[in-house]
Amino acid sequence: MARVASALFSRLVIIIPYAWLLFFFLIPFFIVFRISLSQTAVAMPPYTPVFDLFGGLSGIMEKAREFSLDNYVWLTEDVLYFNAYVSSVIIAGISTILTLMIAYPVAYGMAKAPKSIRPTLLMLVILPFWTSFLIRVYAWIAILKPEGLLNQFLMSINVIDQPLIILNTNWAIYIGIVYSYLPFMVLPIYSSLEKMDHTLTEAALDLGCTPFSAFWQVTFPLSLAGVVAGCLLVFIPAVGEFVIPDLLGGSETLMIGKTLWNEFNANRDWPVSSAVATILLLILVIPIVFFQNAQAKADSEGR
Amino acid sequence: MGNWSRFNIASIVLGFGFLYLPIVLLVVFSFNESKLVTVWAGFSTKWYTQLWHNQALLDAAWVTIRVALISATCATVLGTLAALALVRYTRFRGRMLFSGMVYAPLVMPEVITGLSLLLLFVAIGLDRGFWTITLAHITFTMCFVAVVVQSRLLSFDQSIEEAAQDLGATPVRTFFAITLPVIAPAVFSGWVLAFTLSLDDLVISSFTTGPGATTLPMKIYSQVRLGVTPEINAICTILIGIVAIGVIVASVVTKQREAQREKDERAAFAQ
Repeated sequence: MARVASALFSRLVIIIPYAWLLFFFLIPFFIVFRISLSQTAVAMPPYTPVFDLFGGLSGIMEKAREFSLDNYVWLTEDVLYFNAYVSSVIIAGISTILTLMIAYPVAYGMAKAPKSIRPTLLMLVILPFWTSFLIRVYAWIAILKPEGLLNQFLMSINVIDQPLIILNTNWAIYIGIVYSYLPFMVLPIYSSLEKMDHTLTEAALDLGCTPFSAFWQVTFPLSLAGVVAGCLLVFIPAVGEFVIPDLLGGSETLMIGKTLWNEFNANRDWPVSSAVATILLLILVIPIVFFQNAQAKADSEGR
Repeated sequence: MGNWSRFNIASIVLGFGFLYLPIVLLVVFSFNESKLVTVWAGFSTKWYTQLWHNQALLDAAWVTIRVALISATCATVLGTLAALALVRYTRFRGRMLFSGMVYAPLVMPEVITGLSLLLLFVAIGLDRGFWTITLAHITFTMCFVAVVVQSRLLSFDQSIEEAAQDLGATPVRTFFAITLPVIAPAVFSGWVLAFTLSLDDLVISSFTTGPGATTLPMKIYSQVRLGVTPEINAICTILIGIVAIGVIVASVVTKQREAQREKDERAAFAQ
């Protein structure tokens, strides 16, 4: 009896979340792919053919013949989409590098801080992550506007005499992404630096390394796992970012998340937005698998 | 590791200044007398009073809180199960796929998650609105809960569980009597994380909503598009206040519980 209960318990522990994720996470991707092969129609839902799940296999085969690659052809014909993909990857890449450059010294300083204040510092890094993303992006509008707080400040100390145009440019997007994703970069780097065996750096210094080369030859390589995890945590979501380019970027800023949103909400073109999403997913699949492997490896090390 | 140099302190101060200054400015200007959010014209709480009379906004806030409460609770149950499955059962068919599905939503761009869930809801003929937002939120927040709980389970001494089972406790009883109390702080912080993620979400909610269900972030977003006003600063300040108090309370509770537990464990071993 106890045996049966035990087996049942372990089954349920696996099956319930597994089934949930299969149904609400994995299957939807197949539906997205399926609809990307459909035609736009003025109907609800706005595409044909509409799948009838209860039509049996023959019904599905019949409908499948109506599938076409038209939406993908359309994406390659309009250079707008290609440019949006490329510029999303470039913007996300530049932002990731900037985030790393700011986050690393902060994480390093935290790892070097006296042990007693480290939990407080950690808490202070995590706290903004709990406050709304939308609010944090919104806060920058008032700062970056031509008549905003940054320009007022710089003009009052006579650094500039003409307001800087930052809002609605790519610079505003970089600032927005760096700002919003900074904790995601600081935390993994901090945890890999904190775990590090510091006698190694001391040994390098004792053996005549300059502090600079000891950092680059010992400390940095040992923190690489954290750096990689942090970069992936920033880069992948940043490629598909919508809120930041929409609120801080200009009208000519091309990012694929914004394109998808407009295709869907303004043009009501579900098949094309599905095709846009499918290609975005294909672009991100390699970094995502990379991230999953890094996570799984970190877990098995934690065992 | 000794020498905390001036450079280290400077980078922390600058980094934290960068993280907090925009939020501080936002809060300060919510008390601005003037309609402009960039020119200070004296202290006033009139924007807060004005909020109180904005019925549409209060309705949206109520919808948001209900979605967050329900979805965080379900996500905590599912996420805890997922974490148990990942840590306790290292071998089962499709484990690779399972761990992939737990980690992928953490980085998946929201536009993709939102679109794919919407298309699922349309395909199965579910009426869009309150419940579809809730289901969507459960799905993406449960993975964050799973990661938080998983890290606690990994540092958990399994021999206590084995002892309970050797003494004849059923797995279910072992779970509720031994495992759950030990991982409770992590489960609780998982719940708080799920709650705040749900409270914040704009993109996934916008895709999966239907007529009649407008959440606070959707409301804020549509107002922001019309321009920056102190009224929005006031809503944001209230939200920041709620979250800050919640997080601080959560961390104090967690710390106290952990200290208590350590004391108990020491006492148990001393006997």
